[in-house]
Amino acid sequence: MTWAVIVGILSSGIRLATPYLYAAVGETIGQVSGVLNLGVDGVMLMGAYVAFFVALRTGSLSLGLIAGAGIGAMFGLIMAFISVTLKAEQGISGIGLYLFGLGLSTFLFGVTIKNVQTIDGFPDLAIPALSRIPVIGEIFFQHNILVYVAFALVPIAWFVLNKTPFGLKVRAVGQNPEAADSLGVNVSRVRYLTVTLGGMLSGIAGASLSIALLNTFQQNLTNGMGFIAVALVYFGGWRVSGVLLGSLLFSTVNAVQLWLQVKGVTIPSDFLLMMPYIVTILVLAAMANRRVNAPAALNKRFERGES
Amino acid sequence: MNQRKMGDLLPRLIPILAVLLALLVGAVMLALLGTNPWEAYRALFIGAFGSTNALADTIVKATPLLFVGLGICIAFRGGVLNIGGEGQLVTGAIAATAVALAVPTWPGWIIVLMSLSAGMLAGAIWGGIAGLLKAHLNVNEILSTIMLNYIAVFGMNYLLRGPMMDPLQIKLGSFTPQTARLPRSVDLPRLIPTRLHLGAAIAVVLAFAVYVLLWRTTIGFRIRTVGKNLRAALAAGINTKRYMVLSLLLAGAFAGLGGAVEVLGLHHRMFTDGSAFGFTGSAGFNGIVAALFGQLHPIGTIPAAFLLGALLTGANKMQRVMQVPSALIGALSGLIVLLVVGSEIFHRRQIRRADKRNSELEDAVDAKEDS
Repeated sequence: MTWAVIVGILSSGIRLATPYLYAAVGETIGQVSGVLNLGVDGVMLMGAYVAFFVALRTGSLSLGLIAGAGIGAMFGLIMAFISVTLKAEQGISGIGLYLFGLGLSTFLFGVTIKNVQTIDGFPDLAIPALSRIPVIGEIFFQHNILVYVAFALVPIAWFVLNKTPFGLKVRAVGQNPEAADSLGVNVSRVRYLTVTLGGMLSGIAGASLSIALLNTFQQNLTNGMGFIAVALVYFGGWRVSGVLLGSLLFSTVNAVQLWLQVKGVTIPSDFLLMMPYIVTILVLAAMANRRVNAPAALNKRFERGES
Repeated sequence: MNQRKMGDLLPRLIPILAVLLALLVGAVMLALLGTNPWEAYRALFIGAFGSTNALADTIVKATPLLFVGLGICIAFRGGVLNIGGEGQLVTGAIAATAVALAVPTWPGWIIVLMSLSAGMLAGAIWGGIAGLLKAHLNVNEILSTIMLNYIAVFGMNYLLRGPMMDPLQIKLGSFTPQTARLPRSVDLPRLIPTRLHLGAAIAVVLAFAVYVLLWRTTIGFRIRTVGKNLRAALAAGINTKRYMVLSLLLAGAFAGLGGAVEVLGLHHRMFTDGSAFGFTGSAGFNGIVAALFGQLHPIGTIPAAFLLGALLTGANKMQRVMQVPSALIGALSGLIVLLVVGSEIFHRRQIRRADKRNSELEDAVDAKEDS
C-alpha cells in the first residue's frame, strides 16, 4: 500500500461521508427533539430525483439543489404532520414515508427521465493555498462545494443545539415534553421545525449523491444509505460530534472496501460489503448500555393534558 | 345510539378509506402527468382479476405478503417492529433451497417437509438474532433488522455466485447467479392449472393458527401483554425479554417459511439480481403494509394481502398496457401506511372517550354505594 493509495482512500472517505453527514445531522436534530424519522432513505431518494431532474432540465445545479432541499422539507413536513399532529407511531410512519419516497421517485423517474443519464455535477473546488499542502491538501481541500458544506454543518449544528435558546428548547422537548410544555415551550412547533429541517437536510443528502458525487439518478439510488444515517445517530450517541465520527468511519470502511474490490483481493467482495453492516450492529450493541444521552421522549407521542 | 354505532364502524372502515384515498391521489398524479387515470386503473383491475390466470397470479403474489404479514402481526402485537422481512425471506429461501439440493433423491414429501422446516428455522434465527440483541443488549430492533437485511442479501449473493451456483451455469460459462432447479419431486402441488400453488392454502391455514396462538393461548396472551404494557407485564411476573425474543423469532419464522414456499411453489430455484428485490419483490416491506392494512389481525391480513397482491399484479399489466411505471403502486402503498397509522388518532380518541364515560359511570355507581 503506497502513500498515494492511502491518500486516495482517505480522500474518497471524506467525499463518501457527505450524504451520511447531511442526513444523519438532520436526523440527529429531529431525534434530539424526540421524533424518530425512519423514512430518511425515502426522503433522500426524492431529494436525489428532484435535484437531478431539475438540474437536467434547467441546466442549473443550484436550482437542482434548492429543489432537492425543498422536496426534502416537504417530506419532513409530511412526517411532522403524521407524527406530531396525528401522533402516529413514529417507526411505522417512517416506513410508510420510506415506501412512499421510494415508490414515488421510481415512478417519476420512469415517467420523466426513463433511462439512466448523467450530468456534470458540482465541480471540485480546490481551496487556494490549503489544497497545495502535500497529502493534507489532497485529502481535505480538493472536493466539491457540497462536501465542504457538509463538514461545516457539523459545528453549526453543534452550536445551534448546544449554545442557543432554540437548541435548549429542542433538547427540552426531547427530554421532557411535559415540563417544556408547562414552561410555555410550544412542543409541536419545535418538533415541526426540527423534523422539517431534518427532511430538508435529507433532501440535500440525496441531492449530494445525484448532482455532486455520482451525478446520475436511477431506481433506489441510495440503496439504504438513509437507514445507515438513522443508525449513525444512535452510533453517535445523539451528539453531532459522534455522528461525524461515525460517518467518517463508515465512509472510510466503504472506501477501503471499494479499493480492495478494485484490487481484486481474494476475500469474496460480498463479505467486504457485509462488513459495514456487521460493524454497525456490533457498535450499536457496544453503545447500547451507555445511552446517557438518549432523548427520553424519543419515539413517544406527546399529548397535552395527558398525565 | 346511532352515533355510537357510526363511531364503532369508522375505525373498521379506515383501511378501506385509506386505499380509496391513496388511489385517488394516484389518479390525480396520473392525470397531471397526462395519463387517463380511468384507463390506467381499468388496466390494473383487468390485470389483477380479469382472467383465471390473472386471479391466480394475484393470489400467488399475495402469498408471501401473507406469510410476512402474519409474522408482523405477532411482532407488532408483541411490541417489536420487525423491518427484517426481506432478510428473513432470503435466509429462509436459501436454507430451503440448500436442503432440497442436498438430498435430491429422497422421497419428495420428506424433502418438502425438511425444506420448509429449514426455511422456517433460518428465518427464525434471523429474526431471533434481532430479538436477542434487543432483549439483552438493548439494540433497537428496527435498526438491527435493517442491518440484518443487508447481511442476508450479501450472504445470498456470495452463495449464489459461489458454492451454490448451478453447475450447469459454470459448465456453460454464463455464470448466472442462481442455483440448479430443485428436483421436481419437491414442487408444491398446483391448486388449479395455473401458477397457483399449495403455498397460498398453507398461508391461509396458518393465519387461523396465528389467531389461535395470539388470542387463545397463554403464550399469545403474554406476547400481547408485553406489547401493550411492558410495565404491567413485568409486574405480572412475565419474563418480558423472553417474549420479545419469541415475538421476533416467530416473525422471522413466518417470513422464512414464506421464502421457502416461494422457492418450492413458484421459482423452484434460488436466484439473485444483487439486491433483495430480485427475489422478494419487496414482499418483506409489503407484508408490513398488508398487516397494517389488516389492522394487525391475522384474519384481517388475509384480505389485506389479497388486495395488495391484486394491486401489485395489476400494476404490471398497467405498466405493459399504459406505460405507467408499476412503482406507482409502491408509492401508493407507502401512502396507505401513512394514512392508516395517521388515522389511528381517531381510534385512540374514541377509546379515551369511552374510558372517560366508563369512569364517570363508575364514579356515579361509587357515589350511589357510598350514600
